[in-house]
Amino acid sequence: MTELLKIQGLKTQFFTSAGTVKAVDGVTYDVEEGETVAVVGESGCGKSVTALSIMRLVAEPAGRVVDGNILFQGNDLLQLSEEEMRKIRGNNIAMVFQEPMTSLNPVLSIGLQLTETVQMHLGVDDAAARARAVELLGLVGMSDAERRLDQYPHHLSGGMRQRVMIAIALSCEPKLIIADEPTTALDVTIQAQILELMKNLTRDLGVAMIIITHNLGVVARYADRVNVMYAGKIIESGTAEDIYHNPKHPYTLALLKSVPRLDQPRGAKLDPVEGQPPDLARLDEGCSFRPRCRYATDACAASFPPTELIDGIHYSACFHKDKLDSPMKEAS
Amino acid sequence: MFKYTIKRVLLMVPTLFGAACLVFFLLRMIPGDVCELRMAGEGGYVDEDAIKTCQHDLGMDRPKFVQFVDFITGFAVFDLGESMWTGKAITHELGLRFQLSLQIAIMATLVAVIIAIPLGTISAIRQDTWLDYAVRTFSIAGIAIPSFWLGIMIILGLLISTQAWFGEPWMPPIEYVSPLEDPISNMVQLIWPAVATGYRYSAVATRMTRSALLEVLREDYVRTARAKGLLERIIINRHALKNSMLPVITVIGIEFAFLMGGLVVTEQVFNLNGVGKLFVESVQNHDYTMTQALVMLVATVFVITNFVVDLFYAWLDPRIRYS
Ligand SMILES: Nc1ncnc2c1ncn2[C@@H]1O[C@H](COP(=O)(O)OP(=O)(O)OP(=O)(O)O)[C@@H](O)[C@H]1O
Ligand code: SF4
Ligand SMILES: [Mg+2]
Repeated sequence: MTELLKIQGLKTQFFTSAGTVKAVDGVTYDVEEGETVAVVGESGCGKSVTALSIMRLVAEPAGRVVDGNILFQGNDLLQLSEEEMRKIRGNNIAMVFQEPMTSLNPVLSIGLQLTETVQMHLGVDDAAARARAVELLGLVGMSDAERRLDQYPHHLSGGMRQRVMIAIALSCEPKLIIADEPTTALDVTIQAQILELMKNLTRDLGVAMIIITHNLGVVARYADRVNVMYAGKIIESGTAEDIYHNPKHPYTLALLKSVPRLDQPRGAKLDPVEGQPPDLARLDEGCSFRPRCRYATDACAASFPPTELIDGIHYSACFHKDKLDSPMKEAS
Repeated sequence: MFKYTIKRVLLMVPTLFGAACLVFFLLRMIPGDVCELRMAGEGGYVDEDAIKTCQHDLGMDRPKFVQFVDFITGFAVFDLGESMWTGKAITHELGLRFQLSLQIAIMATLVAVIIAIPLGTISAIRQDTWLDYAVRTFSIAGIAIPSFWLGIMIILGLLISTQAWFGEPWMPPIEYVSPLEDPISNMVQLIWPAVATGYRYSAVATRMTRSALLEVLREDYVRTARAKGLLERIIINRHALKNSMLPVITVIGIEFAFLMGGLVVTEQVFNLNGVGKLFVESVQNHDYTMTQALVMLVATVFVITNFVVDLFYAWLDPRIRYS
């Protein structure tokens, strides 16, 4: 497999009156062609800001990427001119957002919003763009595509709108789709449908995907690789197998306990991760999970634990990763 | 859409009726009437009988209710009657003045829109740069400077600069000619008051455009448009401006309706015989029929403007169009 995206030491910060918010603080991970990579973490840990940093859409001037590289097919996106970057957005890298209700423009028809990307990047004429739009709507499982094109977002349900967003994302046959919590705002049954759709489409079309979620449960069926994010850092990464069956970080362990699992005895208690995530404007030297960690020792306060290889592609950043109880034992 | 239009049109009726009630009864609460004023204008001897006769001639001795019904039915069939003061047909008195005021209002609106939308847009896109500060200063000045003062300055400026360049002072013509008759002379006369009022008007609209656009630029769908890799020009024109025009159109509509009757001082400064001046005179003269006609005229312009604004809304926003 060839490498598609390589994020190295990415740091994105917001300069606010309350101080510097280190939203992304040295994130490193790779995405290979056609691969699905998950980024998992609690609300506010910097998942969306990481995604927006890749797209170079972090809200300026408050927010800025201050360090790192984002290599896409070998080129550093952070070095591109605004115009070069614009040609990549929607064309080579597309994005699906969390809020289907507000991510489509309420005053423009579905047809226009679908065709404009194709027309922008591929320069096709109106008829070809429209034909492509019909094809795309079929692809994302929307019946009656011709009629849909003349409808407006308020005619569609949340799930339908998210299908349209996916169709837009696919329209220029991108290499990579970044899906930022694409199902969080939807009903549970619709969530499953949309996830299934994305899984099938990315597999069939060979598109790589970064899927962002705060829920370890749904990623299980999905990702080739999982990155667990906490307070702006990737604190554990590995294959889905590594993360689900051999977690090596207390935070991952806590996340696992907070989702229902098939291999757990029925009726096992679900615990949300205890405590509050830290304020990203006030982080100290030590491990940021320390206040919530029951394995914490004095060593954890002195410095941030280095990211170390466990085996294969499984990495963890915890001083006491070898002392963790297995998730099975925890559950019983 | 058809239903929406019909509903809007029907909604005009109660508004106009309300305006009619208000003006009719408020006018009659002012002490004195046109006959007393005419007979006793000089403060001399008042002939009670003459006043009675005068009031009878004008139909003012009839019960209020009858007069009201008379007024309403007249208005409903577009019969405005005669002025109580001059005795001439109101349509005759109003004709040119209405045309003049309407023309100034339209021209001022055009001036305002032409200034406001580009400036407001630039100001929002270049938020917190010197361009933005310049636009904001320009528009704050527009709100702070009274139109009549600007009008006086324009006239003085014209006098001084023509004196300097051509050796003799020049003033815009005072006589109103219809734009159909002599468009050049018409424009030369009205462009100045249109600019004087349009500037203040544009200041309000510029600020509204700026703040509405800034708000829309923070919307999720603008972020989506950026993520699609669209040109900045398309993002602004197609995705942001259309949405931000809704509040701007409302402001423009209200200002337009206001201009129809509210230009009293500016008309004075430019020596124009518009609706505003007639308004003041007719109230001073206790000219009930004329004042009523003028109020109803302005109210009608107001509801029609509102209606047009609503149509714009529907045109811009499919959520209204399809509801
Ligand atoms: N425009 C901004 N100005 C200041 N701080 C910001 C801004 N945008 C994000 N942040 C901060 O960056 C941090 C990370 O935010 P981000 O949106 O990436 O979280 P997230 O992991 O996507 O959470 P969620 O699951 O709620 O979407 C948060 O602490 C947030 O307060
Ligand atoms: S380094 Fe220490 S505080 Fe941080 S997760 Fe590991 S044990 Fe807990
Ligand atoms: Mg987010």
